[in-house]
Amino acid sequence: MPNKRPFAPLRNFNAKVAAVPMIATVLVVFVGCTLWTVVYSFTSSRSLPVLDFVGFDQYERLFRTTRWNVALKNLAIYGVLSLVFSLVIGFILAALMDQKIRFENTFRTIFLYPHALSFIVTGLAWQWILAPTFGIQKVVRDLGFETFEFSLLTNSRYTIYAIVIAGLWQGTGLVMALMLAGLRTVDDEIWKAARVDGIPAWKTYVFIIIPMMRPVFVTTLVIIAAAIVKIYDLVVAMTNGGPGIASEVPAKYVYDLMFSRGNLGQGLAASTIMLTTVLIILVPWALMEFRPTNRKGGAK
Amino acid sequence: MRFHTGFAALFASSVLFSAGSAGAVDLEVTHWWTSGGEAAAAKVLAESYDKLGGDKWVDGAIAGSGTTARPIIVSRILGGNPMGATQLNTGRDAEDLVKAGLMTDLSELAAKEGWADFIRPSKLLDACKYEGKIYCVPVNIHSWQWMWTNPSVFKDAGVNPPANWKDLVAAAPKLKEKGVIPLATGDAWQVDGIFRVLLAAIGGKELYLKIAEKKDAEAAAGPEMKAVLQAFAEARELADPGYVGRQWNEATSLVLTGKAGAQVMGDWAQSEFGTAGKVAGTDYDCLPGLGVYPMLDTGGDAFYFPKSDNPEVTKAQLKLASMLVSKETQVSFNLAKGSLPIRGDIDLNTANACMQKGIKILADSNNVLPAYEQAFSSDTQGQIEDLSTEFFADKNMSVDDAQARFVEIITEAQ
Repeated sequence: MPNKRPFAPLRNFNAKVAAVPMIATVLVVFVGCTLWTVVYSFTSSRSLPVLDFVGFDQYERLFRTTRWNVALKNLAIYGVLSLVFSLVIGFILAALMDQKIRFENTFRTIFLYPHALSFIVTGLAWQWILAPTFGIQKVVRDLGFETFEFSLLTNSRYTIYAIVIAGLWQGTGLVMALMLAGLRTVDDEIWKAARVDGIPAWKTYVFIIIPMMRPVFVTTLVIIAAAIVKIYDLVVAMTNGGPGIASEVPAKYVYDLMFSRGNLGQGLAASTIMLTTVLIILVPWALMEFRPTNRKGGAK
Repeated sequence: MRFHTGFAALFASSVLFSAGSAGAVDLEVTHWWTSGGEAAAAKVLAESYDKLGGDKWVDGAIAGSGTTARPIIVSRILGGNPMGATQLNTGRDAEDLVKAGLMTDLSELAAKEGWADFIRPSKLLDACKYEGKIYCVPVNIHSWQWMWTNPSVFKDAGVNPPANWKDLVAAAPKLKEKGVIPLATGDAWQVDGIFRVLLAAIGGKELYLKIAEKKDAEAAAGPEMKAVLQAFAEARELADPGYVGRQWNEATSLVLTGKAGAQVMGDWAQSEFGTAGKVAGTDYDCLPGLGVYPMLDTGGDAFYFPKSDNPEVTKAQLKLASMLVSKETQVSFNLAKGSLPIRGDIDLNTANACMQKGIKILADSNNVLPAYEQAFSSDTQGQIEDLSTEFFADKNMSVDDAQARFVEIITEAQ
């Protein structure tokens, strides 16, 4: 017995048993529900799912709908801006914090605090701050600048940027914390070596430290990207998609169509498009990042 | 992707809940009557039900407007965790649920008590029918076609209080000079409400019926419809920029406190004036049909009773249904809510001046319009709402563009 190798499927038997619930969840909830969603997006389902196939009708209507197209455009704006700015601001804040400053803990807490709030709270707070009747605009006007205009929220063209600002306020702290953790893993010797060679600090950051922090950047990117695609609550709290349809986002379209307008088919078609978009971006990246030959490299 | 997990959670919780609910006498009633006046009206119902003895009304108020509450209610019924009874709007809200056989059939009770004899206008009961059977109890009549004004605001600005829509548009510059908002409005559905009121009041009955009942695309492309959209374009100039995200009762209170001149809102706004102790005719005024065509639609609230396996629950449901249409409940409930009763055989002499106006208008069946909720599926209503709010917010969107989009929606409507 002791010398006999166990039968292959039984190797690590306990670990496999332990993984069964997770595997089942993945298969049933993620894969199963995704397939269900895709199948029913080709039907004429209203409040209740029915298997009455109508081809691409739902998709045709989807891309004819102004609201959906506005929502896609908004997601793109929000996505690009919050990705770029939260990474840049987050990294700069982390680099500043890493200068062995005093009260670092206090600052870190302050910057991280917004992340502890729910998006609903953030949204309401920023709605109040930006509302023209009692927010920044009113305060500045009361100071004597009568013609001061700061109406991000009520001007259809800029509303999405107001949401970007609120999103950044909420999310940058977390990015900073992750980056700071990454910076702390960098060996002090590297800094010393760079200093001996007379390389300026910013160059050290850009050409040495950032490439070394690649795994941290990847993790952060995934976290931010996931948050971007599912943006919903912030918009609901801040503008509810308004003024008009100026700040609609895809997730809100899906929810409204599925639950308050009783058009399941249309909602599922929209969520299928969301999923497809994510896959188009994610699959090539995942293939590159996780291909087996990369095992020896820094990123896991 | 989060929707999938959402579904799973919903499913899991519904399984847990339905296994746990056994107490028959506690009837959970969900509704979205949460503003001051509305909550008072819901309390009237709860108290009268508890007084009947035995069963208890468990209040399941859901904060927010119907837009928030409806999906919660519907998904609970679909998810197998039905409440004892629920408020919904009269119309096609629950159409799919009834078709799927998820609602208790009330036909027997209705025949026994003779609902068809006293429910007026009869369209209300028709909205509850599916294949000849009755699935809901209308409890009140609400109409959208009202404008609420604060006369003293107009007098302060040196103009006569408006008698119709045109007067308001004309008075608007004077009001703006005084720093008063000519027309207070709020969330998307309130903006959409202005549009539906203009459709009836500016377009007239014929146009309204052609669009709502016949889904006539030609009428939607015609000059009358254009006039409606032009009036709607005027309306967007009357609102203040702060309307985004405002609750309807906040907008009403702007009128109430003299910060705004007028509000286009259904007659439920009246309960806010009532709760604030204002007197109709002096402190505030009401213009049915915007003072142009005094016609009202007959939307309103209805109670639905999701089917239950437990006979005790079904019994309690029928008891509630019977109470809701009874004379006493109709009087006390509607006085509190500021809505009109569904019975033609009761005397509301305690009703205020505005309610009397409404009762008078509805007495003539020629003045009765079908509500959006009865005419359009919630999907079509949603498309119209998207269009009207987009148009209202985007001052660069032309009347012609909006009309072309409107025609498209009406052509596709079912």
